[in-house]
Amino acid sequence: MHLEQHSRLESGLFYALVAAGGLVTAIGLGAALFMEHSGHVVTGMNNQIVWGLPHVFAIFLIVAASGVLNVASIGSVFGKAMYKPRAPLSGLLALVMLAAGLMVIMLDLGRADRLVVAMTHFNPSSVFGWNVILYPGFFAIVGLYLWMLMDRKMNPYYKPAGLAAFIWRLILTTGTGSIFGFLVARQAYQSAIIAPMFIIMSFAWGLAVFMLVQRAMYGWNDLTLDPAIRQRLKNLLGTFVAAVFYFVMIYHLTNIYFAKQTAFEAFILLEGGIITWMFWGGYVLIGTLLPLFLLYHPDIWPRPLAVCAASIGVIVGAFCQLYVFIIGGQMFPLEIFPDMLVSSSFMDGQIDHYSPSMPEFLLGMGGIGLAFTATAIGVRVLKFLPQDDISKLKSADGHLLD
Amino acid sequence: MTFMKQALVGFAAVLLLAPALAVAEAPKPALKIENPGQCIAPAEEMRRNHMEMLKHQRDRTMRQGIRGEKASLNECISCHASKSTGSVLGKGGFCQECHSYAAVKLDCWDCHQPKAGQKHAGVAGVKE
Amino acid sequence: MNDPQDRIDNQSRRSFVGTAAAVGAGLGVAALAPGLHLIEVSQAGTARSPGEAASNTVRWGMLIDTTKCASGCDACVKACNTENGINETIKDARQGSQWIRKIELKDPKNGREHSLPMMCQHCANPPCVDVCPTGASMKRADGIVLVDRHICIGCRYCMMACPYKARSFVHQPLTEQNPEVPRGIGCVESCTFCVHRVDKGQMPACVEACPEGAMTFGDLNDPASAIAQRLAREPSTQVRADLKLNLGVRYQGI
Repeated sequence: MHLEQHSRLESGLFYALVAAGGLVTAIGLGAALFMEHSGHVVTGMNNQIVWGLPHVFAIFLIVAASGVLNVASIGSVFGKAMYKPRAPLSGLLALVMLAAGLMVIMLDLGRADRLVVAMTHFNPSSVFGWNVILYPGFFAIVGLYLWMLMDRKMNPYYKPAGLAAFIWRLILTTGTGSIFGFLVARQAYQSAIIAPMFIIMSFAWGLAVFMLVQRAMYGWNDLTLDPAIRQRLKNLLGTFVAAVFYFVMIYHLTNIYFAKQTAFEAFILLEGGIITWMFWGGYVLIGTLLPLFLLYHPDIWPRPLAVCAASIGVIVGAFCQLYVFIIGGQMFPLEIFPDMLVSSSFMDGQIDHYSPSMPEFLLGMGGIGLAFTATAIGVRVLKFLPQDDISKLKSADGHLLD
Repeated sequence: MTFMKQALVGFAAVLLLAPALAVAEAPKPALKIENPGQCIAPAEEMRRNHMEMLKHQRDRTMRQGIRGEKASLNECISCHASKSTGSVLGKGGFCQECHSYAAVKLDCWDCHQPKAGQKHAGVAGVKE
Repeated sequence: MNDPQDRIDNQSRRSFVGTAAAVGAGLGVAALAPGLHLIEVSQAGTARSPGEAASNTVRWGMLIDTTKCASGCDACVKACNTENGINETIKDARQGSQWIRKIELKDPKNGREHSLPMMCQHCANPPCVDVCPTGASMKRADGIVLVDRHICIGCRYCMMACPYKARSFVHQPLTEQNPEVPRGIGCVESCTFCVHRVDKGQMPACVEACPEGAMTFGDLNDPASAIAQRLAREPSTQVRADLKLNLGVRYQGI
């Protein structure tokens, strides 16, 4: 748990992991530089599909970042003793993943060199503009919260800080969802359900990431998670996954019901090729049904890697879901003349196609690499490993084995 | 920890020294004024304030639609473009020569045309 | 407001267009066009004097008569590309800039076909301006919607928001710009109503190039302008009128 206790071999492994993560990050930065220099002509994005793979990565990281803070919030805001020892790790992951997501989205800008302009010119009517305020605010509030939590002198104040962080993260994810929800003319977006859907998605994705990281850290330190805690967390994850599924169903059912949206739904759910496959195979099967099965089958979930596998399924499903939502939503033609058969030199009335290029993928992976490296370093240098005193926990919270 | 400190000090030293070394070695920009005559302001003022003049003008023209201002990028080019290359960029180019020397990034020419007398093709299908 | 030079310019423009229209009529092209042309140009042909800002008493607009717009004709697209220096080659056409494009429509109920040019509709309530994080997407006082490339960061949110797919993102470095029309890598761009020409009292390039005289440009706020008079007399539609964006571009015949 402490730096001094690590064996030589273990140290070597740690540095190798950090080096690998750093390399992936560096390659991502190189890819961004290449894109910046050549222009977006080297990407698969175009004037119809304007947001591509980097946005899938970035939005996953940003949404999961706010969700991963949930573990801390349950401890601080809802007073569940079991979650409090996990709050520092949850806060660290939130900061790191948000930073990584922002890195990807910033480096994908056409003029990434104008970051200062983005900071100094502010349009109050832009949802993006609101997010430019929400992101730094998240860093500040979560940073403050971590300080209250980890500095014994400041400990009395951690609850209000936790509440502030909880509220802020709800607003932040509302802002992220509203980037899409406020788009008036797009068939796939323009819906008020998107912001709450993003919030519940963030709960599921964030918890899945948290479970994986926690599992890795326990494994690294030859510890086993208390089965009671494990059961609690896996039930929570299952609930979140089911809730996301509920929102996704409502979103698609309303669309199917509206005649003006049926063509779009037919594209996503039936005729969209890779998009349809990703929806049913990626999101529904791997991202929802499989995790629910693994988490709730009485013979399976207690097995060592079941919860891990479920978490990985949730994350794979999340990427598929975002791909369907972001890319699929743009592949479907904009309805400029609703009742007409339309054709033009610019994909009007046609389903577009998108093949992401290597630099885009590498940039996205660079974000994952950054999150991984920063977490590894942070966890090792500071005391982020959940250090529960199980007996104390049991007396504080009698219904652990529910 | 001490290693980190040493590395930081070393890095800081490089940062501080590098510009000094560069200044010592870089040749002064050699500017040739291709069209001698009256600029819109004395050379000293232009050197110091051309960026402010252009920035204010650009915002007024772009956002308010005010045309015919005193400072204008296209007017700069028409006087200062090299007679051999036709441009304010390139080796010895009026803009680039100084900006390379001062290591200030030129952001204008990603969008603006740096060549003087670049033929404007006019409206296709209509003779002008 | 008008200095003598401007008036002379307008005079010469008028006589030029008159001649051109007469030639057009002589060739049997668009019998109705000549007279209308003459009025339109005199309306739009007022240059602002140097130092004068665009005013909100003016609202520039365009009326497109799709019954005159020929399927397969892309004179307006070519004129736009020439005027605005859109001359770069790019492998994937979807990555290239299209400030104006021709759309072919067919009504599946009755088989009726239309052809029309689609470009930035210069909304009074432009979604692109609402969503732009930096304020680079902007509407000038006289209703022309523009991108201030000096502060555009290339996020493409405006392209997501535009209901007309009217905006393009420059995907590669450019070198052959028209000096009057700066455009470059990493920024979003769209039809400017040829703002550099309009400010000089000229017509947008597409309007001038249309061989059928199907496009009318002018001040929607001036009841005496040709466009305002035709809009008062004749039926016209706004595309996706349900969005209530109050468009500067109006269509007839669809």
